[in-house]
Amino acid sequence: MSTPARTPAVTRLSLLEAEAIHVLREVAAEFERPVLLFSAGKDSIVLLRLAEKAFRPGRFPFPLLHVDTGHNFDEVIAFRDQIVADLGEELIVAKVQDSIDAGRVVEERGDGGSRNRLQSVTLLDALAERGFDAAIGGARRDEERSRAKERILSFRDEYGQWDPRAQRPELWALYNTVVRRGENVRAFPMSNWTELDVWRYIQREQLALPSIYFSHERRVFERGRHVLAESRHITPEPGDGVAQSEHVRYRTVGDLTVTGAIRSEAATVAEVIEELERAKWTERAQTRADDNFSSAALEDRKREGYF
Amino acid sequence: MPIQDPETQDLLRIAVGGSVDHGKSSLIGRLLLDAEALRADQVDEVSRGELSHATDGLRAEREQGITIDVAYRYFSTEKRGFVVADTPGHTRYTRNMVTGASTADLLLLVVDARPPGLTEQSLRHVQLAHLLGIEHLVVAVNKIELVDFDQEAVKAIEHEVAATARRLGLRQATVVPVSAMEGDNVVTRSARTPWYQGPSLLEVLERAGRPSVAEDGALRFPVQWITRAGAYRGLAGQVSGGLLRAGEAIKVLPSGETSRIARIDSFNGPIDNVRGPLAGTVVLEDNLDVARGDMIVPADDPLEPAREVDATLVWLGTEPLTAGRRYLLKQTTRRVRATARELRTVYDVNDEAVDDAAALRLNQVGEVTLRLATPIVADPYSVNQTTGAFILIDELSHDTVAAGMVRATRAAISEEDQKSPDVVWHPGKLDRTERWTHLGSKGATIWLTGLPASGKSTISTALEQALVHRGRLAYLLDGDNVRHGLSGDLGFDAASRAENVRRVAHVARFFADAGGVAVVALVSPFKQDRDLARRLHVKAGLPFIEVFVDTPLEECARRDPKGLYARAKAGRLSGLTGQSNPYEPPPSPEVTVKTLEEPVEHAVERLMTLLDELG
Ligand SMILES: Nc1nc2c(ncn2[C@@H]2O[C@H](COP(=O)(O)OP(=O)(O)O)[C@@H](O)[C@H]2O)c(=O)[nH]1
Repeated sequence: MSTPARTPAVTRLSLLEAEAIHVLREVAAEFERPVLLFSAGKDSIVLLRLAEKAFRPGRFPFPLLHVDTGHNFDEVIAFRDQIVADLGEELIVAKVQDSIDAGRVVEERGDGGSRNRLQSVTLLDALAERGFDAAIGGARRDEERSRAKERILSFRDEYGQWDPRAQRPELWALYNTVVRRGENVRAFPMSNWTELDVWRYIQREQLALPSIYFSHERRVFERGRHVLAESRHITPEPGDGVAQSEHVRYRTVGDLTVTGAIRSEAATVAEVIEELERAKWTERAQTRADDNFSSAALEDRKREGYF
Repeated sequence: MPIQDPETQDLLRIAVGGSVDHGKSSLIGRLLLDAEALRADQVDEVSRGELSHATDGLRAEREQGITIDVAYRYFSTEKRGFVVADTPGHTRYTRNMVTGASTADLLLLVVDARPPGLTEQSLRHVQLAHLLGIEHLVVAVNKIELVDFDQEAVKAIEHEVAATARRLGLRQATVVPVSAMEGDNVVTRSARTPWYQGPSLLEVLERAGRPSVAEDGALRFPVQWITRAGAYRGLAGQVSGGLLRAGEAIKVLPSGETSRIARIDSFNGPIDNVRGPLAGTVVLEDNLDVARGDMIVPADDPLEPAREVDATLVWLGTEPLTAGRRYLLKQTTRRVRATARELRTVYDVNDEAVDDAAALRLNQVGEVTLRLATPIVADPYSVNQTTGAFILIDELSHDTVAAGMVRATRAAISEEDQKSPDVVWHPGKLDRTERWTHLGSKGATIWLTGLPASGKSTISTALEQALVHRGRLAYLLDGDNVRHGLSGDLGFDAASRAENVRRVAHVARFFADAGGVAVVALVSPFKQDRDLARRLHVKAGLPFIEVFVDTPLEECARRDPKGLYARAKAGRLSGLTGQSNPYEPPPSPEVTVKTLEEPVEHAVERLMTLLDELG
């Protein structure tokens, strides 16, 4: 043959990629109605590429589901719609606002309130209504302490609860996918990825991200240790800093009332990677203002069914 | 943070074990800290004095001060990334130890430098790791500053480690004296242990081999997913042994059909080779009937599908295993039913054989024989840790109850006489002549084979009715009906079809023996399977009439009373016989019915006459 040997190398990223593809296919093959949770954040954008690698040239064997807090960055929603249109796959949007209007949840203290917690109910309702038995997410074990013990396939009872003491042992890459009707699992194909792995993969695969991940000018103000964007949902309160224009970028996309920005000049993927290698704070401590009030906050929310 | 190049870095998976309080969590904390992987907020907590807090996750554990579940940690150096599975020390958490070890390349065992050194628990960890195929043991002799950096203390442990490694047959055992608390020899070599000339712990981990995938072995490619897009049909999976090469002659197991790899596709275009454990999508030269759960192996591979396996189980369930119990077994991408046929030996947590054990209990290790309802394609675990591994799932609780490692496989029982060695045929008081004479009836089996919608059901229901109306005991075993219950657990791949035919053949034989006419209407596309049914009857001295319902494919597709052909055409049904699946017409059936030429009543009359002629 005249063409050079094309044999993909076995490297850290290709190993992580292979593991994720394996998990995606197992979930697709063994569950009746899987769904992929898509937030338009960097982890779920990587997840989409992994799904393309797992299933193209065929279609995805599952729809995408976005739990929309209503407190979004406009750029992120525009990006979400674009990427879904380009992929030609089905997107379902479950709105926290609908859960509020239906009286399923109560909004926290007026307009500045975080809707992160309310998401759990909206998500569980959406899963139950449509009979999804597996929800695929982009969570990583290195994000936060209590996640370090999460299985790749994490079993939830019919109330969406996670019992950390009754986890199924997860042996080799042999996933036990047997569930009863009403029970479901969360599947995390990227469990073993670190934040840097995600960025390096974005670089390798040349994936587009919402613009807020890169340095841009924005009116922000300080609240405690956090830098928050001024928006129609949130404005400085007494005790907060004064809003002013600065160069910032985000490390996660989420409810913009609680997602903190970091001051940064990193305008490209390569620059972000460089910045990360020098980073001093883990992702969550810096950018999730509402996880701070209790060190066990995330564990509690996971028991409640939060992702 | 060291600069890493993701294209040269690889990934090593480490299971960390050891007795409670020997400093496992602290050592992991130290590794993370000194490899500069901990970022500032975690460092704050660590430097508050509790290194182990970096790894103790769940609140319950914090309250009780023990590690109860596997926690995964990540750190990197320039050379490689590390996935660290921190596994609990208590015997009652054996299942977590096994979980951590099942994916690990290496066991890092933390042992307190002070007596007693290696404890029962640490030995247990080494045994389990070895059982799961880990061949490289690294022992960190910890708290070395508490024994004043005494070489003798380390030597004593080193002796014990060497003896254990010899006894178990470990390929490599390395001992490093460290202090998790003060950092000696963890990342950099310490001046306080001048008698130790070896590498630091981190250096040992950086240099260790990564043995996870059997690259030098034979090709193993379990089909995980069928990728379809228009006419495209790719077999997607993860290479689980050997090298997947375009152009290679292959065979699909369990069917045994052969072909050649026409192409290997990836998202980025066609590729020539794929190494394990990477993924690829294979297109075969021939359009074989391949389904999820099948395995692609070299064409000349001697591997045979197994109906029976000898295996070692680590029991993780609260309900014990006893002989005769049924489970779901998952191996590669296949899930089958398995029955525990024999429990040969049970070892307790101290690795001692339990006398006359009738049950395999939580945390025990046992040697068993499993009988499989449908075959699996497996290698011994010592040859291939992917295709030789399986889990057992309890059918009621759905819990994962065992980690299994295949020791030996037997193709055995694909023949009609299959039975377990300790089962004997129980003769009744009646012989056949006596039975038939008293009942005034004679038994036989009429076996109708043909394409879906060829007219088997129409002819057979008419025949059944005609026989019963004339006072003969007759019963229709219809292909659709046996799929409820009797063969309700089977799919439509070649192996499952063979099993379906085998079951129906046995039922028909019993019925014929009882004096009835068993009317079987079954696609039964393969000659081999029908021949088995015939042999069964011939051996038992029972008449067997094979009827070929010969209707052209176009006519079947036109009739299509169940809409099967329409669904297949729309791509909503795969593996329909005559379409994507082959049908082998019988070369010499007793009767051929050409339904385009012969009316149903006429065919029924002919069959009745034939039965009468049998006497
Ligand atoms: N002096 C000394 N104490 C240590 C060392 N490593 C761990 N420890 C202490 O030993 C105890 C048990 O450690 P921990 O890491 O929780 O043990 P684990 O149960 O094996 O995870 C704790 O009090 C640690 O502070 C060491 O190198 N030197």
